[in-house]
Amino acid sequence: MAADINDIIGKYRQGRREELIPLLQEIQSVFGYISEDAIVRVGSHLGLSTTKIYGLATFYDQFRFFPAGKIHIKLCNGTSCYMNGSKAVADRFREELRIEPGQTTRNGNFSLETVTCMGGCYHGPVIMINGEHHIHVQPEQVPELIKRLKYIIDND
Amino acid sequence: MLFTIQVNNKKIKAQKGETILSALNRNGIMIPTLCRIKEFTPTGACRICVVEVEGRDRLVTACSQPVEEWMKIKTHSPRVITARKTIVELLLSNHPGDCLYCDRNLYCELQRLAEALNIRERRIKGKKTKQRLDQSSPAIVRELAKCILCGRCVRVCEELITCTSLDFINRGRLTHIGAAMDKDFNFSSCIHCGQCVLVCPTGALHEKHNITEVQEYLNKQDMVKAIQYSPAVATGIAEELGIRNARDFDKSLNAILRKIGFDKIYSTGVGTDICVTEIVNTMMEKEGENPPQSLYISACPAWVKYAEQFTPSILPSLSKVKSPQQITGVLVKTLVAGQLKVKPEQIFSVSVSPCIAMKYEARRDGMMRKGISDVDSVMTVRELARLIRLNGIDVTNIEREAADEPLSGRSSSAVLAEVSGGLAESVIRLLYFKKTGREIDRQEFRKLRLSGIFREAVFKIEDREIRVAVVDGLNGLEKLRSAQASGTFYDLVEVMTCQGGCIHGAGLPFVMSKEDLKARAKIVYQTDDSEAISLPCKSPTLINLYEKLLKENAEISDKRIFFTHFEKRDVLL
Repeated sequence: MAADINDIIGKYRQGRREELIPLLQEIQSVFGYISEDAIVRVGSHLGLSTTKIYGLATFYDQFRFFPAGKIHIKLCNGTSCYMNGSKAVADRFREELRIEPGQTTRNGNFSLETVTCMGGCYHGPVIMINGEHHIHVQPEQVPELIKRLKYIIDND
Repeated sequence: MLFTIQVNNKKIKAQKGETILSALNRNGIMIPTLCRIKEFTPTGACRICVVEVEGRDRLVTACSQPVEEWMKIKTHSPRVITARKTIVELLLSNHPGDCLYCDRNLYCELQRLAEALNIRERRIKGKKTKQRLDQSSPAIVRELAKCILCGRCVRVCEELITCTSLDFINRGRLTHIGAAMDKDFNFSSCIHCGQCVLVCPTGALHEKHNITEVQEYLNKQDMVKAIQYSPAVATGIAEELGIRNARDFDKSLNAILRKIGFDKIYSTGVGTDICVTEIVNTMMEKEGENPPQSLYISACPAWVKYAEQFTPSILPSLSKVKSPQQITGVLVKTLVAGQLKVKPEQIFSVSVSPCIAMKYEARRDGMMRKGISDVDSVMTVRELARLIRLNGIDVTNIEREAADEPLSGRSSSAVLAEVSGGLAESVIRLLYFKKTGREIDRQEFRKLRLSGIFREAVFKIEDREIRVAVVDGLNGLEKLRSAQASGTFYDLVEVMTCQGGCIHGAGLPFVMSKEDLKARAKIVYQTDDSEAISLPCKSPTLINLYEKLLKENAEISDKRIFFTHFEKRDVLL
């Protein structure tokens, strides 16, 4: 993995701070998250302090700092989903999994992420589980859903 | 080019290119500011300084808007006042408001603004999110609940100190100030210089207090309570307590400290004298080395940590001499303990310093012997002022007393070391004297005493030329590097983390302008000019120490106690 990240970083011009966001985006898309090690390497390549990089990366919701779980759940919090009760759904997920959006459960099975829109505004609240849309999700369906997902992980 | 503008129906003169704020200030019209730091490019972020400009729909920020010829400005119209008031009310809406218990009470800019704008109720109630209280750093406490996100600490850390240990993390209402990966501050690249504490308008950043600990030990009967303070402390305390004749306040301070309950009072200046002497010794040992090696002065603990983190390659050239505080501290625990016939652990050794990083330095690896730290507790000048007030001592009516032997007298070089360039100057003075037997003409130091973040001078000592560089504030390192890259060699490099030297340390009373710093520097230079003993080697205390006391005590006779070691540090840069 260490070799890969150097390959990615090597594609970007040294010492140019404008390369930061594209570089972080590529790291995220390859590894699924931005590790502390990645931030240090990016910092020394672009001549930026890790504090600055972390500050900038936390400004955007798209960047994660923990590896995603086996099951990655995206919760839409766009206007339309919000009006249809996405907050209650998100709260239920947080309660059941005991993690906050941006975090991963300790066993590495589940991770949560809040996104602003996934283009399914008519069917809100929308969530996405490992790239698969689920529409009209109700809070009371969440425990059953998680149970099913746990079953899939256990028998995979 | 001067032109006339109209302000509050009066005509004033403004200069082309300056901001509205500077034109107004020059004409005696004061406008509140919050996010602004003088000498920094304005950001216009807090919008406290808004004024009304006729013909503009919106209020403009005086700190960032250039003044123009056609402008008709209203600085205190009802609309402006309402806007300013609302801004402060919004800032206060989620502020803890526990001013009585706050470190910054009575010195808080937010408090002053709220007072000036006549805010008498919490009109806007914001949700108070639970915020972190980060006490992990040995020197700086961060109380994020009190932070108003003005960003001054972020800018100072990045632009002045070049550490960039702080930045805005997250976005919107979750925004807060934090270190890399939002870790606790002790894991960060912070060098504890405390310049962020000096610029923080609220109590969100302040030094870690040791005053309770000191009070506790003051009441212990079986302990010897020793205190040392550096020359800048006396002037700082005089400033804080409002005493005019600040120049020789140290004798009165001795009496005050005895009244508080300290048994022994020593001068950190003795440590500075030893520090200067040992640096000169190192230079003389290094002489004739091929290739010649630069010597970086290691008296500033923040700079040492900076070097350990950012430029480990220079560590071999960094002088191994401890800082004055630690030298005095170790002498208290060895020499003084021997003289008083007590065990080192029976001495509670306090240091008062103009510096916050000294709190961290006292906890450093290598600053203790056999598990007993050389300096037990470090207080800032502000803390000492608090201790004096707490003990109800009438500072205006106080006798003058001398410090205690054997660490009482210092040379004026020790005072000079409090300003940037002063330590290098002291070293050159002593080196010149040791080589030639004559004192150097002080006019020679003109170049080192100028302002500017990087200064250099060449001194001719016998047939040898000694090049000296002074880095005044860590942002001057860039200039040092480029000078070195272009082939210039410096025999001696002095680096001071805080601009202006220790007189701008973060433990001194809060100052906002360069003029205040100049006044402090002036006192230092005057003291240096007026005192008779200008060289460490002429100070009776030091002669006694080197000629007699050190030789008598087997434990310290090899002078190893004056030296320490530095190692590369692995932190998130």
